[in-house]
Amino acid sequence: MANCFELREKAREIRIRSLEAVYHAKSGHLGGSFSAAEMIAALYFEILSIRPEAPQWEDRDRFVLSKGHAAPALYAALAMKGFFPLEDLDRLRMADSHLQGAPNMKTPGIDMSSGPLGQGLSAAVGMALGSRVLKKDFNVWCMIGDGELQEGQIWEAAMTAAKYRLNNLVCILDHNKVQMSGTNDELMPIGNVRDKFAAFGWRIVGIENGNDITEVTEVFQHVFDPEDERPVAVIAETIKGRGVSYMEGRAAWHGAVPNNEQFAAAMEELKEGLK
Amino acid sequence: MTANRAVYGDTIWELAKTNEKIVVVDSDCIGPLNYQKFVEDFPDRFFECGIAEQDMVSTAAGLASCGLTAFCASFAVFVSMRALDQVRNQVCYNNLNVKMIGTHCGIETGYDGATHQSIEDLAIMRAIPNLVVLAPSTPVMTEKLTRIMAETYGPFYMRFGRNQNEEIYTPEDSFPIGGSKRIYDGDAVTVMTHGSLLPIAKKAVEELRREGVNARLSDMYSLKPIDTEEIEAAAKETAFILTIEDHSIIGGLGGAVCEYTAEHCPCRVVRMGMNDSFGRAGTTADLYRLYGLTAEEIVRKIRALIP
Repeated sequence: MANCFELREKAREIRIRSLEAVYHAKSGHLGGSFSAAEMIAALYFEILSIRPEAPQWEDRDRFVLSKGHAAPALYAALAMKGFFPLEDLDRLRMADSHLQGAPNMKTPGIDMSSGPLGQGLSAAVGMALGSRVLKKDFNVWCMIGDGELQEGQIWEAAMTAAKYRLNNLVCILDHNKVQMSGTNDELMPIGNVRDKFAAFGWRIVGIENGNDITEVTEVFQHVFDPEDERPVAVIAETIKGRGVSYMEGRAAWHGAVPNNEQFAAAMEELKEGLK
Repeated sequence: MTANRAVYGDTIWELAKTNEKIVVVDSDCIGPLNYQKFVEDFPDRFFECGIAEQDMVSTAAGLASCGLTAFCASFAVFVSMRALDQVRNQVCYNNLNVKMIGTHCGIETGYDGATHQSIEDLAIMRAIPNLVVLAPSTPVMTEKLTRIMAETYGPFYMRFGRNQNEEIYTPEDSFPIGGSKRIYDGDAVTVMTHGSLLPIAKKAVEELRREGVNARLSDMYSLKPIDTEEIEAAAKETAFILTIEDHSIIGGLGGAVCEYTAEHCPCRVVRMGMNDSFGRAGTTADLYRLYGLTAEEIVRKIRALIP
């Protein structure tokens, strides 16, 4: 088991590699990659049962990044884990690369393509059902964004997961409160998400600080309860753009690319780690 | 007589007895698709999403990503339009083993009116990469194509109507992907059709042949890939091609034949179908009359154009 210092380092490296890749490509989404960095680090370096040398291993745990625009963070984790060479990150979004703007199943380690918001949770439900049909005991994790809750299909999937008592399914909400054009509250308030998922028949687990690697890891380690048949919604409070002060909480950094000075400043901050 | 959609449900049930990889994801269409026996005998492989076609298609994609063969079906309007984003981005983009079925296609479905009549589904589905598009005309063909779908890896879309279908084939007939069935050979003119209009096209061709017009009739059940040899032969050996289908004249069989002939073997193509208009409520017979999809109209058009 990795200790929290090592996992914190992984999260820091995910941020740095995401920043480099997006800066190099001059395109990509850093805000939502940074808010999810600790959770992706915990999943890939502590929680998920996966084999980088056998990406299609049938018994592996599945992860669906439904908020597919956070691909830079996921790609960084997959490369660091050894699913493909780290150098591939330099070719993010380039015509000769397998690293598409949003995750694609041709990339080793990607269990489901994503990008069009709202679809990933249904696919994760399908995987969790598949685990039962095939009499496997793998778990399925899905990460959604909070703006994504505005898509109706999320709530269709929420009903299906509860109906089939998919307690091998975890839906992580990266609750960074900011979407492309502004805050959730400005654009479409998502209300009390705990009450909403609970009303749909889910068990709710909270993470007060989703950018605290210790809390994230501890919650993920104890998230499954075989005595409880409900699927699990992990509501993680995070900060969009976390780790680079000028990006934090700002919708402008949903999909913006730093210029040379901004890149240097961001790199300097990230090398020091979260304050 | 039996409906193609009933044969589909029976065939899935038969196949599931020996193929443990087959799963069905549904959106409240157990009756229309004749799934009762499947639900009773394979409850652990039947997943009901309720009236949620998008969730149905995405759930099927998730199941297929685990190595299962996932069938999902609803009314053709909903599979091809309500759930289009899911069909395109999760099933076809990933080339997953999902078989999508659209029932009650075309204006044949009748009484519910334009909202429930898919006259664009073939145009939409044909445009999506990786997707095979099929439109069986008879029960035997539906059974055989359903079996082929189950045995062939990759995404498929198959459409059929609501009504009962006449049988003209035998269990010995085969219907390969990318093939067609030449029902009557002839060298004067070629009529091409698929699905529920086959009996009407057949009646028209029989009438023409009685009159001495040696008309050819091809059942073009595979819309994509399409039988280009059959199109090429029609273009070269007969005066012109008339397509008739329960679909818009844009993007269906008529569109596919025009695309191929314009590029490879220019010839006259007369397209019969929904002429860029919505349907309306009514009986199938009344609607086919109202929109000119009758044997009489085929005969009239061909008589007027035959050299």
